[in-house]
Amino acid sequence: MATATDQAPVESHDDHDAHHPSDWEYIKIAIILAILTAIEVGMFFLEESVAAVWLYLGLTVLMIIKFFMVVAYFMHLKYDTPWFRRIFVAGLVLAIGVYAIFFFAFDYFGLG
Amino acid sequence: MTGATTPMAPPLRTKELPLAEATAVAEHEAPETETHDGDHGDGDDHGHGSTTGISNNKLMMWVFLGSECLLFGALISTYMLYKERNEDFAANLAPFSEDGRNIGPRFGGADGHGVFDIPFTSASSFILLCSSLTMVLALSAIQRSDYYRFKIWTAATAALGATFIAGQIYEFTEFYEKGLGYSTNIFGSAFYTLTGFHGVHVSIGILMLVALLIMHRQGRLNSDKSETVEIVGLYWHFVDIVWILIFTIVYLFPQ
Repeated sequence: MATATDQAPVESHDDHDAHHPSDWEYIKIAIILAILTAIEVGMFFLEESVAAVWLYLGLTVLMIIKFFMVVAYFMHLKYDTPWFRRIFVAGLVLAIGVYAIFFFAFDYFGLG
Repeated sequence: MTGATTPMAPPLRTKELPLAEATAVAEHEAPETETHDGDHGDGDDHGHGSTTGISNNKLMMWVFLGSECLLFGALISTYMLYKERNEDFAANLAPFSEDGRNIGPRFGGADGHGVFDIPFTSASSFILLCSSLTMVLALSAIQRSDYYRFKIWTAATAALGATFIAGQIYEFTEFYEKGLGYSTNIFGSAFYTLTGFHGVHVSIGILMLVALLIMHRQGRLNSDKSETVEIVGLYWHFVDIVWILIFTIVYLFPQ
């Protein structure tokens, strides 16, 4: 019986190449990131006319989108082995969990 | 010793092993031109020879970046808390006792209000964003053995990083002249610690990029060793994503 490892690298090789962004795709991603940054900066100047909660919300959403676009495309996490993703996400989740506890401990949100 | 007494490792079967996909990708990462001449002793194992089938060097970098999330998480959280406390306690606590002794952390005084120059910092952010693009283009170039473009994009990345650092030094000088020093209040301490740590990371990244150019000049970096560029690239992009967070949380969130 032929083992799967005899075939998998070849299949994955083609598959990997097919999904790896080209230079032009990298440029397009960078343009999208630049546009998102421009929107963020534009939102900053709306401080006087828009409620702070909406600014916080909008800026946070844009920040998260930019963060994951760089991680997924420029850092190739979308195309690389899932193990790297798991390691990075583990660090990220641990950090978010630890500092969420930190904020609650210091009553940052004014709930106490 | 006979073969009958020596335990043999069973052959890998993709469906039973979760790392099989990783093995497949790692196999791909080895360039087609690789000679498999045993030249894996200098750190570019590309996953060959590792028990997981994953490149140990890349794995190490991802573990490092995962731990860096905790470092910058601590710095960003401290900044957010101290910024809040600086405003809350400004009217209630004096930094010095009557005889002039420092009795604790300082509150109030200069902070982000009227100090930050958003258009300037936006330009710096755009420069760092561009450096991420040039970094990924440098990796793409060396992977297809286009060494001329590799050198150009790597040098451009280092130059953009240096421009960002120059902007940060200028910005810090301006803030200091406007009354926001490191020990002015807890806001200043948290702000300079956070952005300073990021600046140090960018500076280390620039040194790594220069090292790549030197290695290439010495003939120790070619398409077979492109993983080295990829690992430096991972570090550089991480520095970029940290700035994405800092720029929004520190500069753009309503004061």
